[in-house]
This record gives sequence, C-alpha cells and structure tokens, in this order.
Amino acid sequence: MNSKTLPYLLLAPATIFLVVFFLWPFLQIAWLAFTTEGGFTMQHFQTMAGNWKFWPTFWNTVILAAIVVPLQLVMALAMAQVVAKLKTTRNTILYIFTIPLGLSDLAAGIIWLAIFEQSGFLNSMLVGLGVVDKPILFLGYQNLWVIFIAVILAELWRATAIVMVILVSGMGLIPKEYYEAAEVFGAGPWKRFVKVTLPMLKPSIQTAMILRTIAAFEVFAVVVALGGTTLPVLVGETFNWQFALNDRNVAAAFALVILAISIAATLVFLRVLRTPKGATL
Amino acid sequence: MAEILIKGVAKSFGSFTALHSIDLTIADQEFMVLLGASGCGKTTLLRIIAGLESPTQGEVWIGGKRVDQLPPRERGIAMVFQNYAVFPHLTVYENIAFGLRMKKLPQAEVDTRVKRTAELMHIEQLLKRYSGQLSGGQRQRVAVARALAMEPDVILMDEPLSNLDALLRLEMRAELKGVLANSKTTTIYVTHDQVEAMSLADRISVMNGGHIVQAASPVEVYRNPAARFVGSFIGNPPMNFLPAARNGDGRYQVAGIALDGPSSGGAKLEFAIRPEDLTIAAGGLKATARVIEPLGAHTLVTSEVDGKLFRAVLDSDLKVAPGDELSLVPKPDRVRWFDPETTRAVN
Repeated sequence: MNSKTLPYLLLAPATIFLVVFFLWPFLQIAWLAFTTEGGFTMQHFQTMAGNWKFWPTFWNTVILAAIVVPLQLVMALAMAQVVAKLKTTRNTILYIFTIPLGLSDLAAGIIWLAIFEQSGFLNSMLVGLGVVDKPILFLGYQNLWVIFIAVILAELWRATAIVMVILVSGMGLIPKEYYEAAEVFGAGPWKRFVKVTLPMLKPSIQTAMILRTIAAFEVFAVVVALGGTTLPVLVGETFNWQFALNDRNVAAAFALVILAISIAATLVFLRVLRTPKGATL
Repeated sequence: MAEILIKGVAKSFGSFTALHSIDLTIADQEFMVLLGASGCGKTTLLRIIAGLESPTQGEVWIGGKRVDQLPPRERGIAMVFQNYAVFPHLTVYENIAFGLRMKKLPQAEVDTRVKRTAELMHIEQLLKRYSGQLSGGQRQRVAVARALAMEPDVILMDEPLSNLDALLRLEMRAELKGVLANSKTTTIYVTHDQVEAMSLADRISVMNGGHIVQAASPVEVYRNPAARFVGSFIGNPPMNFLPAARNGDGRYQVAGIALDGPSSGGAKLEFAIRPEDLTIAAGGLKATARVIEPLGAHTLVTSEVDGKLFRAVLDSDLKVAPGDELSLVPKPDRVRWFDPETTRAVN
C-alpha cells in the first residue's frame, strides 16, 4: 500500500457517507428553495417571510434556544461538579442523570403533557390539595407563556444530561496538579472553579454548546406535544409547509433558515470560546 | 522567620502506612532535602507540609503557627510541582501573577514582582507566551518564578528537576541553588537523585519505608551513615559490606584479616568501607578481580571478597585484569561498623 494513497483511502468511507447523506440532500434542498421551473428565484423565501407566522416562529425558536441552552450549561456544570466530586456512587448518579437521554423527544413531550394537561398530574395534585376548585387549562392558547415554560422544563429535563456527559469527560481530563497548584497559590473552591475548571473546560463547553444549540434550533416533537400549533417553531413550520400545505419549496426555504442560524451559532461559539495558540494542555 | 516543626506525623492509606511518626525540625532559611527511593514517603511528607494531604496523626508547625488543620493557602507556602503545573490557559505573566492576584495585590505591585522574578529566572522575554509554546526547561523556570513571586516563608519542591534532560538538570540545579540562597526562604526539596541532594542541601533527610533514617549534612550522611541503608543508598558505587566477628583478642575478623573495631560492638558486626577508601598494599582483604571499568580519573574494579561482591575505586594507572588477585587495604579512619541486628551504626 502506497503511503500517499492510504490517508485518502481511510477518509473515503466518511467522505462517501457525507456526500450521500449530507451534501446531496443539501444540494437538493438548496435547489428546491432557490428555483422555480428550472430558473433561479427568491420567490419561495418571499412567500416564507411574507407569511404572518414566519417572524413569531423564528423568534419563538431563537428565544427558546437562548433560554434553554444557557440554563442547561449552568445546570450541567453543577451536575458535572457533583459527579466529579463523588467517589463511590459516581456511576450510579451518572446513570440516573442520563436516564432522560434514553427517551425520544416525543415521549419526553408526552410525559410533560401528562403533567400539565387539564386532567394531568399537576391539576390532580392542586385539586387534591384543595388549592384550586377545578382543574386549570394550563396549555391553552391564552397562556402562551405557560406553554413556553412547559417546553423549557421538558427540554431541560430531556437534554441537559448530554451537556453534562460532555463536561464530565472534559473535567476528567484536567490534571489534578492544576487544582493543587491553584490551592497552594491561594484559590478557594469558587476561585478554583472559575480560574481552573472553567477555562480548562473551554473546549468541552464549546463542543457541548454547539451540539445543544443546533439541537435546540431543531426543537419540534416536545413543542408539538405540549403546544400543538399554538407555539409555532421553525421545524414545525417546515413540517407544516411540506405536509399540510404541500409546498416543498417553501419547506426547503425554512430548512435553509434553520441551517443558516445553526451555522451562525456554531461560528459564534467557535470564535467566542476559541483557545489561543499554545494555550492547550 | 519560618522554622518548620514536624511532630509525630504519621500517614496511612487504608492498611498501608506511608509515614511512621516523623519528627523533624527544619531551621529558618535552611535548604532541606528529603531523599529516598520511590515509595519511601518523601512526597507524602511534603504534601502534608503543603496541606494537600492531611496527616493521620501529628502536628505541623510553620513559623510558630500550627498549620496542619489549615488549607494550603493559609500556610505561607509556595510550591513547585514535578510536572510544573503551569496553567496552560494563562500567559507566563499571568501564571507568575496568579498567587499575587489571589492575594489581591495592587496591579503595580504585581507588575513589579512578576518582572523581577521573571528577570531572576531569565524568562522576561517569554512573559506573553502560553505554556504550550515553552520548552520543559522554560516551564520549569515559570514554575519557580511563580513560587518566588509569592515571597513565601517556605518553598516546597517536589522533584522539580526530574522531568528535565540531564544537561538542563545540571544547569538548573546550580541556578536554583543560587536563587534560593538569595531568596532567604526555607526550602524543602524532594528528590530521589542523591547527587542533586548532595549538591543542593544544607541538610539531607534520608527516608526509607516511611521513616527518616538520618537527617544530617551531606558530608556527614556520606561519611558517617547512621544506618546500613544510608551507606548502601548514598554513594555511587555504594559502600561495601562484609560480615565481621570478634576474635579472642578483641579485634574483628573480616574476610581473613583482623581489624580494630568499636569498643561497644557485639560479637558480630558488619564491616563497611567506601570503594574509594581502599588502597592496594600487602596484608589487605584478598580480592579476585571480576570486572574492570576504566573511568578516566579512576578505575572501578568489581571483585569478589570471601564470595561477596566488593567494589574498589583505584588509580587508573593500575594494571589489573579480570581474574587477578588483589590485596585491598581499607583506610583505618574510614572504616564504619554496623550492628547486623538493628542495622544502626556502631561507634
């Protein structure tokens, strides 16, 4: 085997996979979004942006992500700190924390629906305790913010553990000596977290943030389960245009908007959480 | 003023006892080296003094204050770690400034101290770099500068030179000695390298199996080992040992010759001599040369005396071949005796 061809040969399976399952569908979507009867057009994007639902949909998605992802980071850091400090029960706690990861997002949405719906656990409890006389309609269109909160709770419950798993493995890579040096040179527990853990965890935080933000922009099943169409989000609208309104071109335009904000967020994280040259372990 | 007192410090990890009731006093501004093979407890003792490990028993006092219940940052110490622990996400400047910033010193003071210690360690041109852009030797300098910048009462060093290559180690050793002597701090330095220990220390504490076997000046440790272990551990090649038994006229019989022994000695002793304290003359120990290693200044002759391995460092002009019979006479004032039961020196 020629040593010059070997690297290309090893790269080939991944390249073929990406071309077939990513690049080719992407080109198809782009084609759908930018053409009409074989010619270039912006008409589908105009249709998309001209629809009254577009901007609420766009902002719902972005605001949801902007609330959920930072909260997940903070919670995951706390959970990872707890797991990293444990000695004997570390794995048990880690497994318990990660149980929700095993559920599909639709199932997670249904679990939270069972809590919040009119005949759900929360209402039964409130009635049972005598706090309210009759069940409250939490998830109605009059209370958009309740649906919002329910979606945030469901998303936090469902997907925080993936951030934690990434951070736990990142924390495991920080040599103990750095903490000891920080301790000797005057840093208490909080300073050690801020001056050693956080900066040295930056590559892991970057990975987790990119992963979670992209996933948050794709939020769909949880929102559908809890809010139906009351709380429209980008992927929901993509689905709607594709299957309800039978306009594949506008659906493709929506898909490209999701791709665009995902790429933008990734670039921001790559830039903001970059590690200067030479500042790695 | 920072005298260090260690009183009855013991440490166990489960059923394993790493330190057995250590007592040690280190004078203000003294350079104390803890020397021993790996697993002897020297690093554990250092970490207990630092506060990174808590003793199972005993007390640690620094500068007249009991510190064994205090966290490291309240002990007035600075430390240089074996793997340097130079923070990769901070520049050299910020690494040196780390402890000063934790103390919330004014920026002007931080700047003065960082620049001064950086100059002292010859790294002033590296202040803007990250540790990933430094060589091992440069990182070592940053680690030392970070400790010195604290102007601590005590500097603790855990095998600071062991990750450097031989030539650099030699250079840093001399530099460290000069810098630390000028800094007027008390230094505790852990190493397994006896040459490093000899060249740096005011006093060496030789450790073995969780005990301090001897704590004395380098020459004292070399010339008058307090126990057989010290003689066999220090010196390259180490001391020679032969069994000795008292004969009828009160002298000791060693491999066929009679020598004057200590008056307080028992019926059986162990005779010890350093390889360089042997000369070729009539009436000495009968040795059969086995391996001849010319080293330039000297020739190292490994021989057999009474079936036991016996080394002599002889003049390199001497013509000797494997199989030759030699008569090795020990210098009387350099002969040492050990009790075979307790392994302690007998005078």
